[in-house]
Amino acid sequence: MIYLDYNATAPLRDAAFAAMSEALRQGGNPSSVHRHGRLARRRIEEARETVAAAVNAAPNGVIFTSGGTEANNLALSAFPGRRILASAVEHPSILKGRIDAVVPVDRFGVVDLAALDEMLSAEKTPALLALMLANNETGVIQPVAEAAALAHRHGALVHGDAIQAFGKMAVDIEVLGLDSLSLSAHKIGGPQGVGALVLADPEADVTSLIVGGGQERRHRAGTENVPGIAGFAAAVADLGDIPAEAARLAALRDRIEKRALESLPGISIFGRKVGRLPNTSCLALPHVPAQTLLMALDLAGIAVSAGSACSSGKLGPSPVLLAMGESALAGSAIRLSLGWATTEAEIDGFLDQFISISQRLMREHEAA
Amino acid sequence: MKLPIYLDYQATTPCDPRVLEKMLPYFTEKFGNAHSVTHSFGWEAEEAIELAREQIAELIGAEAKEIIFTSGATESNNLAIKGLARIYGEKKNHVITVATEHKCVLEAAKILEEKGFFVTILGVGPDGLIDLDALAAAITERTLLVSVMAVNNEIGVIQPLAEIGALCKSRNVFFHSDGAQALGKIPLDVDALGLDLLSLSSHKLYGPKGVGALYVRRKPRVHLAPEMDGGGQERGLRSGTLPTPLIVGFGEACRIAGIEMEEEAKQLRSLRDRLFQGIAGRLEGVGLNGHRDQRIAGNLNLSFAWVEGDQLLRNLTDVAVSTGSACSAATLEPSYVLRALGLNSELAHASLRIGLGRFTTAEEVDFAIDAIVGAVERQRAQSPLWALRQEGSALVDR
Repeated sequence: MIYLDYNATAPLRDAAFAAMSEALRQGGNPSSVHRHGRLARRRIEEARETVAAAVNAAPNGVIFTSGGTEANNLALSAFPGRRILASAVEHPSILKGRIDAVVPVDRFGVVDLAALDEMLSAEKTPALLALMLANNETGVIQPVAEAAALAHRHGALVHGDAIQAFGKMAVDIEVLGLDSLSLSAHKIGGPQGVGALVLADPEADVTSLIVGGGQERRHRAGTENVPGIAGFAAAVADLGDIPAEAARLAALRDRIEKRALESLPGISIFGRKVGRLPNTSCLALPHVPAQTLLMALDLAGIAVSAGSACSSGKLGPSPVLLAMGESALAGSAIRLSLGWATTEAEIDGFLDQFISISQRLMREHEAA
Repeated sequence: MKLPIYLDYQATTPCDPRVLEKMLPYFTEKFGNAHSVTHSFGWEAEEAIELAREQIAELIGAEAKEIIFTSGATESNNLAIKGLARIYGEKKNHVITVATEHKCVLEAAKILEEKGFFVTILGVGPDGLIDLDALAAAITERTLLVSVMAVNNEIGVIQPLAEIGALCKSRNVFFHSDGAQALGKIPLDVDALGLDLLSLSSHKLYGPKGVGALYVRRKPRVHLAPEMDGGGQERGLRSGTLPTPLIVGFGEACRIAGIEMEEEAKQLRSLRDRLFQGIAGRLEGVGLNGHRDQRIAGNLNLSFAWVEGDQLLRNLTDVAVSTGSACSAATLEPSYVLRALGLNSELAHASLRIGLGRFTTAEEVDFAIDAIVGAVERQRAQSPLWALRQEGSALVDR
């Protein structure tokens, strides 16, 4: 099997597995004051420092959650009373929330800063802008620093969904000028079931989503998922030299796209003209429904997806591509996403299968 | 014997090695996102999750479809109470709960109060149990929900769930229970107990942390508003990628509990009685908090007159016990649960929660008896009040 669906979830890194195994065997509730509890507590606080350092935040600004979706939900509910603006290509964990206005994107999927400026000027109540660093389906990178500076001039707060970007490009809460950002462990080779909301100001007055025992400095109740948090931090520590890894992935991704463009006339690759994550390629074969292509690839032992994984079984046209005005091709788009364990040999194996399957499906369509 | 001895099974339980074994492949080769519908990595994860859903449902006599996965019992309690209020709050705006509930239930109720709900907090008797007549009297036409925990996390008492369930049904009120401490410790049957919502936790029954569930009755259907929006997982009630390995572990933990619960409870009861007799037989001024019989086998909550609880804990470095729930352990406030039983603040402070579990041995119990008795005696030896008492002064009787 060749797995090229890292934007859905990444295989667990060995370092993360080792950290989790250790924490799972040790046990203890970090709120307990006895030795078992204190050891668990130390594990969490060390993890907090690791995660904070990776995005240039203060350790106290890190609120561990059950994952990226919870982190995004918490970001939107943390500052009640603000009107919430979000770009049209945000993840459903933002867009399905309490959004007051949607900021349009251009045909490449990049947020329209002029429109954002206008919308913020028209706002009478303080606003909160939610903008992802990079899109989960196309990999397109948003001008977050510019948008944040603009939003701050209008008195708005800015939340950055860094779930897909983290580990694949520089994520610095200060450089980006964000008030908060969300992270997910399992997208970087950490465990499922853990994520974080990172606050630029640890003392910000946050309204909790989950209330109870006062954990996470009263911002998020519930016994901490100690092994998950330890695994998250181990995965972060294992990211290594991010620019070097990004260059490696970009070279592999570009090789796929070059071969595809040469061998598959009429293929569309989305977001290629703007900045993208190095690991993501979203493409469409003319007249070949995504589902047909995905089924053929699965039979050949290749795991890729159409858009995001979380649309609960529905394989409709991607809302992200629709927002980019690509309605004609949205039903044909598939997403390839590479990651830490992807090898050159896998990409070669993938290309052999992908090109021949695609050529066959395109021929079949022409014959029909 | 490895020190310190772990006797804090109500705070959290060690992950059972059999559970860990089942989880491991889903950490490594079977790593897929259960919501990936386009390839076998996703299907394999989804299949494992659905098996776990059945295993959990079976332990509480529910249908698999009625199980909604969450990140833990705290989230489940939040979703049950706030989610229900958001759907039905227009019609009914009164919630009844109990003074000895877990913090997250009380905090969720407080949030409803801030939103204009009326909240009744029922007291408990000296045995920690609620008074059914008081509950019946508190229910009005505006009552939406009664939330009563199945088993208390500090004193281990079992509330009369079946009676509460029948009462709620007859008065057309939803019945939610925080079952975090009960699951796998006592038999739970959602139909027999008349439960509409039941919160469950994995790490209290030898499963992993970071996962829990909410049972949501389908017949007749109970509607909830989600607390987290997004990809629409868990039938729209709880978005977010499901943590497959954790869920697999939770399912296995429930499967094991279903088979071993009865035998395990018997064994724990005998260890607990040995512990209680060992301590109470050698010390005077030991009080058992909570009903003597209506309690789970793995819990003892003891008060020691003429000692100070925090100092006692500091003297008990080789025995990991607690003075109250773990969530509020760091605050060192006297337990509000014990205060609700009518204990004065000093005695509430001088109490230990001792939690026994699957891996507790007789040898550990005997060690704990010696350690606890020794620590109490040493502390009393330094107490002038204790000295007066030994000299027969009636002034210090309590």
